Amino acid sequence: MTTKLFATALLATVAVSAQAEPLTFDFKDPKGVNNIVFKLDAPLESINGTASGISGSVTADPSSPADVKGKIIVATETLHVPNPVMKDHLHGPKWLDVKTHPEITFELKKVSDVQRDGNSGTANVTGVFTLMGVSKEITVPVKATYLPGKLKARGGDVDGDLLVIRSNFKINRSDFKIQAGQNTDKVSEEIDISLSIAGAAPKA
Amino acid sequence: MLRTFLRLIAAICLAGVIGLWVTLGAEKGWTKTSVPIQKTDEITGIEYPVFENRFVPGLDFLVAGCAGSIFLAAVSFIPTTKRKKP
Repeated sequence: MTTKLFATALLATVAVSAQAEPLTFDFKDPKGVNNIVFKLDAPLESINGTASGISGSVTADPSSPADVKGKIIVATETLHVPNPVMKDHLHGPKWLDVKTHPEITFELKKVSDVQRDGNSGTANVTGVFTLMGVSKEITVPVKATYLPGKLKARGGDVDGDLLVIRSNFKINRSDFKIQAGQNTDKVSEEIDISLSIAGAAPKA
Repeated sequence: MLRTFLRLIAAICLAGVIGLWVTLGAEKGWTKTSVPIQKTDEITGIEYPVFENRFVPGLDFLVAGCAGSIFLAAVSFIPTTKRKKP
């Protein structure tokens, strides 16, 4: 299949494709595998939680891997911690206020420092991260793996490709006006975020 | 008679709370009502948590239970005035 090329398309981000045309990967995973883990390690308390309500899409042109468009969306109400009282506080108006701010988003703007290794690759992805209604441009390291023709293997009847994205980065809650400077003994200022998501690009 | 009963209840509560806390994992954090079970998606290799509803008492449960037991025991030591027989 010499006419078919491929590249590792990166992204949070980038997509590698076997075709010379943009592919759109949908990150709403019916299997419920996509997840984000967040950790806050304060002197008096360590908080570990997850978010599972992930959606959004990313479009990438393999012939121009830096040309990536897309947006990853997390439903704020799906943020979960094992303690029910803590979860109520987390969702409440003093902290994430899920009723007023139902979504956390990351909109891709730029991909740089792309390094390929077969069907995988790494890159720095710059985008606008919006949390609690506050938008801030951040750059995060991303590892992407392109899995051509693997969509059907996950179940279902549709052929297609998968793009797996992993990223670890940190944000400061005060940057997003989340109880800035308060309760730092129990709720750390720095939030560690680990993202593991897979997007699907069904073949028409 | 009531004093003995209260002390007995306090001792049973204390033993029960400590026993439950130890048996259900001796969690040193907050009480949990769900526990993540880590799974791996075979195709993508993504590790993801599946939450199982399970009660895991934490230190808050232990402290509250011990405090309740101590309160019951303390009540049993409150002096009472005896009624004089007419």
